[in-house]
Amino acid sequence: MERLAGLPLKISLGIALKSIKVRFFRSLITTFSLVLAVAFLSFTHISDDTAQSLLSYGGPDILSTLSGLGYDIDSAADSIIASPKQRWIVFLSLLVCVVGIINAQLMSVTERFREIGTMKCLGALDSFVVKIFLIEAALQGLAGSIAGTVLGGLASLTMALARFGLIVFTSLSWPAVLESMIIAVIIGTSLSLLGALYPALVAARMQPVEAMRVEQ
Amino acid sequence: MKTSAAVETYREDMTSKKIVRVTDVTKDFDLGKIVVHVLKGIDLEIATGHYISIMGPSGSGKSTLFNMIGGLDKPTSGKVFIDEVDIAQLDAYELAWLRCRKIGYIFQTFNLIPVMTALENITLPMTFAGSTGDAATKKGIELLDLVGLEGRHSHRPSELSGGQQQRVAVARALANDPSIILADEPTGNLDLTTGEDIITLLKKLSRERRVTVISATHDYKMLNVSDKVIWIRDGRIEKIQNREELDIKTGGVEETSGGDV
Repeated sequence: MERLAGLPLKISLGIALKSIKVRFFRSLITTFSLVLAVAFLSFTHISDDTAQSLLSYGGPDILSTLSGLGYDIDSAADSIIASPKQRWIVFLSLLVCVVGIINAQLMSVTERFREIGTMKCLGALDSFVVKIFLIEAALQGLAGSIAGTVLGGLASLTMALARFGLIVFTSLSWPAVLESMIIAVIIGTSLSLLGALYPALVAARMQPVEAMRVEQ
Repeated sequence: MKTSAAVETYREDMTSKKIVRVTDVTKDFDLGKIVVHVLKGIDLEIATGHYISIMGPSGSGKSTLFNMIGGLDKPTSGKVFIDEVDIAQLDAYELAWLRCRKIGYIFQTFNLIPVMTALENITLPMTFAGSTGDAATKKGIELLDLVGLEGRHSHRPSELSGGQQQRVAVARALANDPSIILADEPTGNLDLTTGEDIITLLKKLSRERRVTVISATHDYKMLNVSDKVIWIRDGRIEKIQNREELDIKTGGVEETSGGDV
């Protein structure tokens, strides 16, 4: 008996892309919670970056201005510390976002039960089904994270500009901002993958005979 | 009544190859408190190139037997051989290969992939089989022509009528030149004439391509084209009728045939 080989990544990628394209609006909604969560993450990080840059840049009353705005400053090390409260809020928003993604992906799996069953009847392997769902999640996650990061970054810079004036741009350490953005994108994409993992396994474990069922 | 296909003698089929062999198959479903014996010992042989209908009331075990023959389900005891391979011995990759290359599935609800065009639906099994590109596209278009859907390759399932969708499904089932086409109530969601068209198409394919067509059905129109009808009742084979016996029995009064046996 011969065995079926797995599909090359390029083909799986093509099928996943098509699936996202056709369900674009749905994908958009699924991705939206991620966009918001990542935007919040990047907003807080880049706000800290701008504050840190201002602090390093120095100025007579910058310390009191920043303290007045609620930043926690480690006066010994001259650096901004992210307060535990802030960390918790970011963590919770990401957690809520992952739960939202799991929910949306489980819905998507249920919706596509017949499609998955049919594909399995046509010779799809479990690994193919997992791959399709994970690729879709990765693409959505990447797009959503990038959008969220840019959104959060812009919001944070706009706010900083309004608070401190043009000095923000002269003082700002762009590498730090870039680093924060890259971290936000990586975290966002990973969360999207994490949220899709369990639903993808549910889909892969499904029996092909489900495709035969008439009632849905 | 226990009619074993193994002991039956067929005129022209004595020498032909058996594509499906079912020996003493039982299937139980454990529902927690009770165990339901759905199949209670089925023996069956199906010759290559035949057009077989499996008839039986709901709950008779018809679908279970059908799924077993299609490699979608494994028996509790007994053996199912497809092309002389015991399917219980296959691992996931071999089963996938079997489903991909040996068997073409046709569903009552068509089950085309909604996000793909007609042509993409047809080439999908070829993709799974590792064949892509121009050769697959060319073959896909040939198959579309074969089922009478010239020029519809870029239509999505939602843009096709039920009959057209089922034709695409037939073409998809043929994509990897399978030995067996499994059709589960292929006319169940179609109107009378469209259903007849599909039956005629399946019969034509079975004759011209020597594909074994096995269909589970309630549809008496299917009987007229079947080489053999397997009647299932209460988890056993009630009787197996050949074409000739059928013609005599069904002649004229279709409604009463088979109902009172």
